[in-house]
Amino acid sequence: MSGELILQAVISGLLMGLIYALVAVGLTLIFGLMEIVNFAHGEFLMLAMFTAFWFWTLAGLDPMLSLPFVVILLALAGILTQLGIIQRLLKAPMLAQICGTFGLGIALRAVAQFLWTPDFRTIANPLIAGRVQIGPIFIGQPQLITGGVCLLSFAALWWFVTRTETGLGLQATAQDRQAAAVMGIATERMFALGWAIGLGCVGIAGTMLSTFYYIFPEVGTNFALLAYVAVALGGFGNILGSLLAGVLIGIVESLGGLLLDPSYKTLIVFALYLAVVILRPHGLFGRF
Amino acid sequence: MLKTALAERLWPRPPLWMSALGAAAIALLIVYPFVFTASFSHHLMILILLYALMAQSWNVVAGLSGQISLGQAIFFGIGAYSSSVLFAKYAITPWAGLLVGMLLSALAAIAIGVPTLRLRGHYFAIATLLIGSSVQIVFQRWDWVGAASGLYVPIERTAPFFYLQFHTSKVPYYYLALGAAAAGYLVVWKLRRSRLGFRLQALRDDPDAAASLGIAIARHKVLAFMISAAMMSVAGTFYAQYVLVLDPERLFSTEISIIVLLMSVLGGSGTLWGPAVGAAILVPLSEYSRIWFGGTGRTIDLIIYGILILLVCMWRPSGILSLLEERIRRRATMP
Repeated sequence: MSGELILQAVISGLLMGLIYALVAVGLTLIFGLMEIVNFAHGEFLMLAMFTAFWFWTLAGLDPMLSLPFVVILLALAGILTQLGIIQRLLKAPMLAQICGTFGLGIALRAVAQFLWTPDFRTIANPLIAGRVQIGPIFIGQPQLITGGVCLLSFAALWWFVTRTETGLGLQATAQDRQAAAVMGIATERMFALGWAIGLGCVGIAGTMLSTFYYIFPEVGTNFALLAYVAVALGGFGNILGSLLAGVLIGIVESLGGLLLDPSYKTLIVFALYLAVVILRPHGLFGRF
Repeated sequence: MLKTALAERLWPRPPLWMSALGAAAIALLIVYPFVFTASFSHHLMILILLYALMAQSWNVVAGLSGQISLGQAIFFGIGAYSSSVLFAKYAITPWAGLLVGMLLSALAAIAIGVPTLRLRGHYFAIATLLIGSSVQIVFQRWDWVGAASGLYVPIERTAPFFYLQFHTSKVPYYYLALGAAAAGYLVVWKLRRSRLGFRLQALRDDPDAAASLGIAIARHKVLAFMISAAMMSVAGTFYAQYVLVLDPERLFSTEISIIVLLMSVLGGSGTLWGPAVGAAILVPLSEYSRIWFGGTGRTIDLIIYGILILLVCMWRPSGILSLLEERIRRRATMP
């Protein structure tokens, strides 16, 4: 096993990990705000990919150009989900919350399968394609740009949450809902904002992913599983934690696939989850 | 203390019409295959009974001990594989395989439960979800049990009761499923009124208070998980004998884990009859939609499932049965 091969695996794992992280940050944000795990998260990722696909197929709009539209649509979907469904579930016991979001996910996936068949689709000839060579290492150009977009999104999110008044309101609500409400922060509006941002991130991840990944109704399932792992590893509610955990998962998965059998790569990640939640129940980095 | 707990009536005795209805339902279940003679009616009822048992199995761990398992398919698959592998490779009767499956499932429940049942809430749910997918991946790669292409149970036309295979009629399968479901519900009914059952419900409602009363939380939860796993395994063995084909993609699917949860929640999780009510609603929904809508039916039933369960969680988190219960209670408290 040459060092170049390992380096190659680390780099491609890191780039994939950035996508896991961006999917996970939405989950962790929503959980931090209202202690709800969105079990339909993977389905929203799938919807984002299909939205980008249909923009390209019907309007001839490349994913790079339709990106803002997809993000806006997903953010709207997030607000609608919060207002129409989650608001009611907040008062229900945890079991109903889990089942409710699971039910939503099942329905969304089945609708996608019904409307668009279970076929695998790809976006042919996207604007960004091909690969670049850096020394001995090849990197797909879509993956590289996707990684950059993910990092930019994280930077923007971090700036928003820590430097703007609304972002601080978001953090305050996450820390103590009642106290934040007493200070005049509109809790419900923060919840809606959290869902808008969370699914907006999924919109970015899905659009970028659609440039180099297969698009099909079940596509979200595996990404969602890895995102749950990332959220648990990074600590529920921890934004930077989910970034680090996502990257870690991407690298572990990629290296595991290289060094062991590729078909077992997800098993290694799942084992990582079990080890962390049992040994360090608050994640690798704790809560912010 | 147990005696006083049993003697106390937590809610009023059901009215006469309900007891009569219950007796009629039991009578109907016994004569059902001779009243409805179509093969499809038998098939439908066999599935309802098996799913009622599976949903009850989920209900033992979640409804009774409060841990939301998203990996029940593991034990369903173990039950199916245990009896089928023993029969296909060593010609051992599925009756022995049934017991081996229950034993292996209970052991698997210990192996999974001891480290993970300490986790609360979402952590446990996600852990079981991931372990469920992992077990499926392992079985899909495991050559000795047929890997991804699965196993066929060899056809055996002699001694049907010994080999648990009936090729001319579904009626024997119906009574086997009825017997398995009845046994499962009887066990759970007894369990709920036993010392263990009361302790489980206590630690579900308030783990800290239960621990302060000296209930060993971890041990009780593992015990509940083992009982649940053994029940699921029984359904797996009967299911394998019924379809005679083992497909790891389907047996270990997350879908099975989720559907048994949806059935319980739809009917009313934590209640004795909720899982049966949920199965009686969702199984026909799925089977009839497949008939009415043909090939696409597989997705239409899932659309309805998803929306139905979402609505129940939003508007009636305690399940459909609770509507009935409320009516009885209201009537009983009226002067």
